[in-house]
Amino acid sequence: MEAREQLRILDQIGGGFSFAGKIREIHKSPLTAKGIDILQINMGRLCNLTCRHCHVEAGPHRTEIMERPVLAKCLEILHAFPISTIDITGGAPEMNPHLEWFITEAARLNRRLIVRSNLTVLFEEPYRHFIDVFTRNKVEIVTSLPDHLAAKSDRQRGSGVFRKVIAALHELNVRGYGMPDSGLCIDIVHNPVGAYLPGPQVALAHEYRERLFAEQGIRFNQLFCLTNLPIGRYLEYLIESDNFEDYISALCHSFNPAAVDNVMCLTTLSVGWNGSLYDCDFNQMLGLTVNHGAPDNIMDFDIEKLRNREIVINNHCYGCVAGSGSSCQGATTGV
Amino acid sequence: MNYYEPKDLADFPNIAEWAADQGNKFFDYYGAATGAGKLTEREKSLIALTVAMTQNCPYCIDAYTTKCMSLGISSEEMMEAAHVGAAMMAGVTLAHTTQMRKIIKKKEM
Repeated sequence: MEAREQLRILDQIGGGFSFAGKIREIHKSPLTAKGIDILQINMGRLCNLTCRHCHVEAGPHRTEIMERPVLAKCLEILHAFPISTIDITGGAPEMNPHLEWFITEAARLNRRLIVRSNLTVLFEEPYRHFIDVFTRNKVEIVTSLPDHLAAKSDRQRGSGVFRKVIAALHELNVRGYGMPDSGLCIDIVHNPVGAYLPGPQVALAHEYRERLFAEQGIRFNQLFCLTNLPIGRYLEYLIESDNFEDYISALCHSFNPAAVDNVMCLTTLSVGWNGSLYDCDFNQMLGLTVNHGAPDNIMDFDIEKLRNREIVINNHCYGCVAGSGSSCQGATTGV
Repeated sequence: MNYYEPKDLADFPNIAEWAADQGNKFFDYYGAATGAGKLTEREKSLIALTVAMTQNCPYCIDAYTTKCMSLGISSEEMMEAAHVGAAMMAGVTLAHTTQMRKIIKKKEM
């Protein structure tokens, strides 16, 4: 679905429930960035999977790929400013031909270096060597596993995906990922397989840890719970399954003012495949570039204008402040 | 207006209206009783779901089915819990036949 159509649907949330109005009501308007701690780089929308919940609407048919000049500019900025986390996402980042070079260069900066990998791509040529690239450069891997049950997980991500992810996790465990004191971190992302919000992260992490070890012999570091935001393919699913109204209602009624203070856009800058800048990856998919006087392309990067920029908000933002809060690093309120 | 409208579930936080003192005490008790303690939130949610089904409360069934899903409880686990409730309801019914049988045996020649 086109971004404009998604925004039109989100605009229909009425009854005094606009997110901007809610932020004004709790006296947090305008939402303003506190700095740039995370540079999240979306390397493109090409992916070997076509997950039903994907907000990027990524897949094998996508052609958007970040080119080397944009990546070189990212490195230049990372050299110049003490941004503590480099967060590489996609699509499947491995399918960008510049990833190996970029990881090698970024690893020299000694920052927290994250790659969000679906892991299944590591079983396909010519991407098999990335497991060595990740290990050698001590890349923190974040992977999606919506449920610890194969059937449920596969309903969202495709048949056979769960089995491949488990096989890759085994291989990563063998290399030291998820093991104490190895310095190699593998984190798992849980998101609901359907039209409901995630439960408490602590409880779900316990459940995943017990079950994955008992049933699959898998170890991992952290579990991040993510709320599905009503955009992209997930929005289409909500509409097609007649869950849109109930889900939006659940998001609005779960609004947690405490989560507003920790929302990820306050410390993140998101870079799109063509160098466009966004407050988060969700805004990126809706085409909502940074605004309010901040430069909207990385080639015009200006730290002074970006680190205190006013955040661009819309009704999908309810997803990040519902319940325990949600971000690319999981729950935000420690509940 | 219909009885049992799904959107009325959102009215649950307002049930202290017109009797705030008692209502708020109920919410304190409700929170303490259903939150994690010696039993986990997971275990308590399955108990709550089962009670909701045995007592035919559509609001509670909606709320606790969703909560169980959020907590990662599988459909199979919820269905097993439902059978515990069903078995208990059947057992409770049949256990009361003792009273019926006693009366019959006393009164019949």
